[in-house]
Amino acid sequence: MPDMSAIVNPQQRQFNPYAENGGTILAIAGADFTVIAGDTRQSEGYSIQTRYAPKVFRLTDRAVLAVNGFAADGNMFVKKVKQRLEWYRHAHAKDMPLRAIARLIQTMLYAQRFFPYYVYNILGGIEEDGTGAVYSFDPVGSYERETCRAAGAAQSLVQPFLDNQIYFKNQTAAQGSPHPAHLPLPDVLSIVIDSFTSATERHIEVGDGLEMYIVLARGRTLPDAVAGLRPQELPSAGGEKVFVLKRDLKKD
Amino acid sequence: MDHFPTNWGRPKYDNFDTSATYPLHNRGQNQSTTSGATQHTQQPIVTGTSVLAIKFKDGIMIAADTLASYGSLARFKGVQRLHPVGDYTVVGASGDMSDFQYLQHILDGLVISEETTAQDGHTLGPAEIHEYLSQVMYARRSKMNPLWNSLLVGGVKDGQRFLAYVDLLGVTYSASTLATGYGAYIAQPLLRKAVEGRENTLTEPEARAILENALRVLFYRDARSINQYQIATITANGAEISASLKLETSWGFAEGIRGYGAQTQ
Amino acid sequence: MFRNTYDSDNTVFSPQGRLHQVEYALEAVKQGSAAVGLRSKTHAILLALKRSSGELASYQQKMFRIDDHVGIAIAGLTSDARVLSNFMRQQAMGSKMVFNRPVPVNRLVSAIADKAQVNTQEYGRRPYGVGFLVVGLDHTGPHLYEFSPSGTSFEYFAVSIGARSQSAKTYLEKHFESFADCDLEDLIRHGLHALRETLQQDKELTINNTAIGIVGPAGVHEGTGTSVDFRILEGPPIEVYLQTMQLKEVPPPTAPTPAAASASASAPAAPPPAAGDEDVQMSE
Repeated sequence: MPDMSAIVNPQQRQFNPYAENGGTILAIAGADFTVIAGDTRQSEGYSIQTRYAPKVFRLTDRAVLAVNGFAADGNMFVKKVKQRLEWYRHAHAKDMPLRAIARLIQTMLYAQRFFPYYVYNILGGIEEDGTGAVYSFDPVGSYERETCRAAGAAQSLVQPFLDNQIYFKNQTAAQGSPHPAHLPLPDVLSIVIDSFTSATERHIEVGDGLEMYIVLARGRTLPDAVAGLRPQELPSAGGEKVFVLKRDLKKD
Repeated sequence: MDHFPTNWGRPKYDNFDTSATYPLHNRGQNQSTTSGATQHTQQPIVTGTSVLAIKFKDGIMIAADTLASYGSLARFKGVQRLHPVGDYTVVGASGDMSDFQYLQHILDGLVISEETTAQDGHTLGPAEIHEYLSQVMYARRSKMNPLWNSLLVGGVKDGQRFLAYVDLLGVTYSASTLATGYGAYIAQPLLRKAVEGRENTLTEPEARAILENALRVLFYRDARSINQYQIATITANGAEISASLKLETSWGFAEGIRGYGAQTQ
Repeated sequence: MFRNTYDSDNTVFSPQGRLHQVEYALEAVKQGSAAVGLRSKTHAILLALKRSSGELASYQQKMFRIDDHVGIAIAGLTSDARVLSNFMRQQAMGSKMVFNRPVPVNRLVSAIADKAQVNTQEYGRRPYGVGFLVVGLDHTGPHLYEFSPSGTSFEYFAVSIGARSQSAKTYLEKHFESFADCDLEDLIRHGLHALRETLQQDKELTINNTAIGIVGPAGVHEGTGTSVDFRILEGPPIEVYLQTMQLKEVPPPTAPTPAAASASASAPAAPPPAAGDEDVQMSE
């Protein structure tokens, strides 16, 4: 029998205010650092719009936000978050703490519950107690603090890998040497880089460039293995330090 | 406006959220969208096709043909789709031409209020014009009343070249070669091959030749294009938009194709 | 018998062509503690004297950050200043949102001047009781503006507002030609010298009662991480600048007549003649 639904419920062609612009983001928290990363490709369908459109943004000296989904919503959302943080600075003469930024983002997303920002947010940085933290959000504001999270086009490729490598899922610890709760920074960076090279191999919307933001807790310095990669340090006033590490990904 | 995200349809990407964990795209019953007294643009009417733009050694070059189509009818054959804004910027438009004319009006008003009236040396460069246009386009899409265009904004100010895209959704991006519409599929690969890595060495004649070649290919392949075009060149010396030019094309090969042209057998 | 003083309503001119309410607003500015601003080729700076209502009270806030590239010092009603500085911050953010550009400083000052002018013309309003010095950095270099509640704004090489600001102006007028080529440290020293002129006789500048606002490259006493952005220095960080101040040249007798000069010299306990600055003294 032919599909009669189109006749029973005539469908009108309507303007679709959303697009899906590909790409993937990822963040992993360590004991006293956080890495927040994203690829730099922006696409629509099979077309690469640009090979360099950043998806990861520094908000304060200790908070970095990665935004993935509909690029226009993402850019506008980041802009609005930054302005809210500027008002907070005016009022309190200090940066908003990470957990407060997380709640702010949930409120701002939920305010658009019936016309959502079509974006998946991952917020990473250092909490006031000096620990590394990752908060992940859905488009309408549901959020939780986690140790690691991948989102975007290749979420389904990367998250299981992280579950295995960060949470040690399906791995049995050797007798007397339990799995560590947090990995050191060089290990985390290797996992991030491997995640993105793998996602680039298997997902057409991932590639071109990789930007990794590293936020270090007060008083911590980069391990030699990471300093050797020559990350660029961003100016900051507080004790926390923010570095950016850029890498090429395959462009095909 | 239809406030229910469930009525907006799925993104193009079929594999997105296959297990439907997020209910945004499950279409519900169709809701009437014509209940209000106001009507919003639901489709473009008189349209311009691709706009192309590249970076070169001394600045930015933007090209567009001069056709405004009414569906498949070549309705207006001498329409300028490149619009100068201030002294440093040119905006090229594809999509709905009446929406573009409205944007020209807005931009002209902006230049009057920001530059002619203020006269304080704080002029708008291409980056500012692009940001402004992005805000206008995004605001209109957010009212579900889009301006149905894809725009390229290019220019040079304070020794800096700038080239970026913005469309009816408010989506923006920047690259050394850009193309809208059909050009994104047909011209963009040609432009990237010719320009990427040579942005700082390409001369003005070379850049012009690259764009003319891409326009020619588009004229051969895009049924909504025409063999008349204009090129805007923006350098440190300012913006210059050429007169309407004719594309050199050759159709000799058609002689050998049976069933084409005058032959009947 | 009723006599119209032409001062109960700011929309009514006096027969002499004056708007008394506006002039009273300018008096409110004069009652605030002094603020000094000056500019070199690279920097624009603000210095202000903070008052405290008593031993147990904190010092008032005299400076506000508007944006990365703009800051203000105020004299007059702090609450009015907060309203206006909030408006300036909105303008600055609006410019970032719409054009992704720092708002040009002159337009920011014009915007508040226009706002203040409305209050001098519309019925049922009152003028703002506060004056601003605005410093900012844009692509045309460092700038210094004065804004006053009468709705005017002017750009300056150096200027001062607030109580006894005329004394600071006298200092600035004497030295301003050298400011253009000053480095930050010398500029601040000149600023402190000018600000010192506004003090009452028994007072001096301390780290508690002085605030310094700067736009421009970091000075030698600032941290290496300091950018060109507007920053406010208060408390211990300004000690190093106070140290550079030179002793005030012993004021030669400057009284109007030799007779009065000798009188004051022989009677140092006489009340300072400028004490009246602290009160409203509207002459009519």
